[in-house]
Amino acid sequence: MPTKCSMKLLLNYHCNLFRTFNCSMATTTGLESLVDQIISVITNDGRNIVGVLKGFDQATNIILDESHERVFSTKEGVQQHVLGLYIIRGDNIGVIGELDEELDASLDFSKLRAHPLKPVVH
Amino acid sequence: MLFFSYFKDLVGQEVTVELKNDLAIRGTLHSVDQYLNIKLENTRVVDQDKFPHMLSVRNCFIRGSVVRYVQLPPDGVDVDLLHDAARREARGA
Repeated sequence: MPTKCSMKLLLNYHCNLFRTFNCSMATTTGLESLVDQIISVITNDGRNIVGVLKGFDQATNIILDESHERVFSTKEGVQQHVLGLYIIRGDNIGVIGELDEELDASLDFSKLRAHPLKPVVH
Repeated sequence: MLFFSYFKDLVGQEVTVELKNDLAIRGTLHSVDQYLNIKLENTRVVDQDKFPHMLSVRNCFIRGSVVRYVQLPPDGVDVDLLHDAARREARGA
């Protein structure tokens, strides 16, 4: 069973690996500007996961820290489920949005009602 | 490669990207890469009442694989130029 400390080291190692790999590819469309920022991810199955971007690679696989899922429904306000440290496979990612914390704080999620997003149909 | 170059020329223009989950996002094209992943700035979702899921997002990265359409400004396409380039690419030149 890895200790919390060794898990953190492992995470840092992988983040660095991801970053080094990405630096070698000269694209301006990468996610490097979003690292250590709070992002909102919409997955192909219609889920919305919010967390701090810790790493990514050329296949858009991402590492999210302190993440939670926001569940939209028409019956009640937005529910938040804590997920913690997450790795999401790039195949399963639709949109990565940079979360504006000020805007986010101004929203009243308990009053927000909407259908959950539809899954991506290829 | 043709459409990659084409989209690079459109950087700075206002476009609407419709996704394969019916979400449509409008914003200024910031960049495109080889996979046709798209970065938009100053984004807003087209039907915000129906889709409030991205209300606090102003800049976003859209994975190329989930894009259904990109709606361009009418003057964003030089049809003749694109025709020629497409034919040339089809010939393998």
